[in-house]
Amino acid sequence: MNKKIFALMSILVIASIAITACGGAAPTGAPAAGGNSVEVFSWWTGGGEAAGLEAMIKVFNAEYPDVEFVNAAVAGGAGTNARAVLATRLQAGDPPDSWQGHAGQELIGTYVAGGQIEPLNDLYEAQGWLEVMPETLIPLISDNGNIYSVPVNIHRANVLWYNPTVLADNGVEVPATMDEWFAAMDTLKAAGVTPLAVGEQWTKLHLLETVLLGTLGADAYNGLWDGTTDWASADVTAALENYAKALTYANSDSASLSWQDAAQLVINGDAAFNVMGDWAEGYFRELGKAPNTDYGWAATPGSGGVFQFLSDSFVLAVGAPDPEAATAWLTVAGSKAGQEAFNPVKGSICARTDCDKSLFGVYLQSAMDDWASNVVVGSLTHGVVANDSWKTEIDTALGLFVADSNVDTFQSALVAACASSGPCK
Amino acid sequence: MSRDKDRFLNILLISPSILAVFIFIYLFIGWSVRVSLSKWKGLTADYTWNGIKNYLELFADPRFHVDIRNTLIFTGVFVFGSILLGFILAVMLDQGLKGEGFFRSLFLFPMAISYIVTGVVWRWLMNPATGTRTSGLNLLFTNLGLDSLVNEWHTTPTWGIAAIALAAIWQMSGYTMALYLAGLRAIPQELKEAAQIDGASELQIYRHIMLPLLSPVTLSALIILGHMSLKVFDLIVAIAGKQLPLDVPAIYMWQITFDGLFYGKGAAIGILLLISVAVLIIPYIRYTLRMEREENEN
Repeated sequence: MNKKIFALMSILVIASIAITACGGAAPTGAPAAGGNSVEVFSWWTGGGEAAGLEAMIKVFNAEYPDVEFVNAAVAGGAGTNARAVLATRLQAGDPPDSWQGHAGQELIGTYVAGGQIEPLNDLYEAQGWLEVMPETLIPLISDNGNIYSVPVNIHRANVLWYNPTVLADNGVEVPATMDEWFAAMDTLKAAGVTPLAVGEQWTKLHLLETVLLGTLGADAYNGLWDGTTDWASADVTAALENYAKALTYANSDSASLSWQDAAQLVINGDAAFNVMGDWAEGYFRELGKAPNTDYGWAATPGSGGVFQFLSDSFVLAVGAPDPEAATAWLTVAGSKAGQEAFNPVKGSICARTDCDKSLFGVYLQSAMDDWASNVVVGSLTHGVVANDSWKTEIDTALGLFVADSNVDTFQSALVAACASSGPCK
Repeated sequence: MSRDKDRFLNILLISPSILAVFIFIYLFIGWSVRVSLSKWKGLTADYTWNGIKNYLELFADPRFHVDIRNTLIFTGVFVFGSILLGFILAVMLDQGLKGEGFFRSLFLFPMAISYIVTGVVWRWLMNPATGTRTSGLNLLFTNLGLDSLVNEWHTTPTWGIAAIALAAIWQMSGYTMALYLAGLRAIPQELKEAAQIDGASELQIYRHIMLPLLSPVTLSALIILGHMSLKVFDLIVAIAGKQLPLDVPAIYMWQITFDGLFYGKGAAIGILLLISVAVLIIPYIRYTLRMEREENEN
């Protein structure tokens, strides 16, 4: 009897292992063998992102009814897992037709260097995208004159969120420069308010890039990433000192807060300012808050007239199983209809400047105006200006700096990082 | 004849697993060693010989120093805490109190939970927020008037990692208790009685009879907990995310390989982790094998 039960149990265990193993090995959506299909790989598996993707797939199906869309999405925060899966597939010579990536060096430094994505200049010209996207955007998503991805949405990184009530109660104006910002935070600190809400490490990197931009200005900031601004210069020292100073105004429990927790401190009136990308606005609306009364926004201090962007974009794989279908997908991703379907749902703005403004909320409309008129620079934290290796080295240097607050070591680590993975020699 | 046939059948039956173990473990270890000696950076494989440069760079890397310090603190607090708490629980349960089965299961249950779940719960419990946002254990301490116990938990400079070890102790001390309980039950009652007749106090019995007889259990617990703590990853990520003050080699390996695409350096960290675990495990396996052989010979 006992033996029988044991045998039965063993079979059950083995069977369940086999089943889970199969489940793990099969891709989320198996590509259809042959025929017209396009396999698109992304990490849009939940929330507004997944809903936006679905809306864009609908547009695709309407325009290309004979091409099957295979949604190969892999779950995991900000694509960490998806990117590991993609890396494995590329190394095995089994690329999806197209995949999602942050526009800029994150794609270029990784996949162009590996010869894994095709230039898309012809598509841009055929579709007239060069006329409808900001002129300053194109160099940031190109390498040696070749454009490598189609940006679907645009987020802004350099946004200073504030609590209007807290500012009014303490007689503080919305700051436009670094000095005004520090003065405002001194007043708030003296009044017993937490001046600045910061979260876990990557939000500190996000703060760093906006302070670099605000202190150096757009041109010198761009120069950091193409090698024309010296990382060892006194200007960079001044920027890092500003950054160190900004951190002294932050909440003490930042290490235990996610970006949502930090943004919520501002909404709840526990803190006055938060620097975060404009996905925070989607979060505020999710919490049922009203723009301009519950939260206000401005460009981060010193960065007025500059739009520090990040973007999700799609690429064309070298050796794509079905390059024609992949091009069809990219055409939809860059089209007005495709972007107008995706962005209002995702809570971002179109990369094109000709989208219908009435589809968007108050904040996004103001962002659309800025996108069309401002100087465009790229975000570091979100993959535009530095390749992954460089960014990881900067992130490590930042982590060490947060622990020891030594500006000199921080700066020399940044100089070393640029030499090891950036354009500096 | 039939003996040879048996032998042949034995080898035949075991060969698939030997082959699989060889390919999927030893071959890949060898491959990782090769990668760790290469200049591979980026998505495309690059086996250009780099000597031990990756290792030298790691030893000079301030972040890796943080990792080593954190691993030592975590291992020390976690192993010592789990063994101490596990032993105390086992001794208490061994007194033959009522509802022993219930308490045994109760203490063992945390082990059935994944580190991720433990991490999320302890993330809430060890919330270091102050003022009106105080919550979790800090709020409990405040309400009980134990304000001196309120602390910054894992955001404490340098020693923050010890707070993570608390969560790990909560999870694994029940397991250590089970090990000790089995050990205690295996000690013949006569030894205890003989000592009592000789006039030994309860404390002396534990000190001079139980503890020495339990030393194989302690060794096992030390090894099992020790190698777990060297590889810790999920618990830290669940409680605090990937932040440098709480960095350990496994997190650094993940980040530098998959976020930063430094495959060569990532492989080097992997090999160093393997060596550190091997240093702990191999003597133990040899010891166990020798003990078993001696027992079989007797």
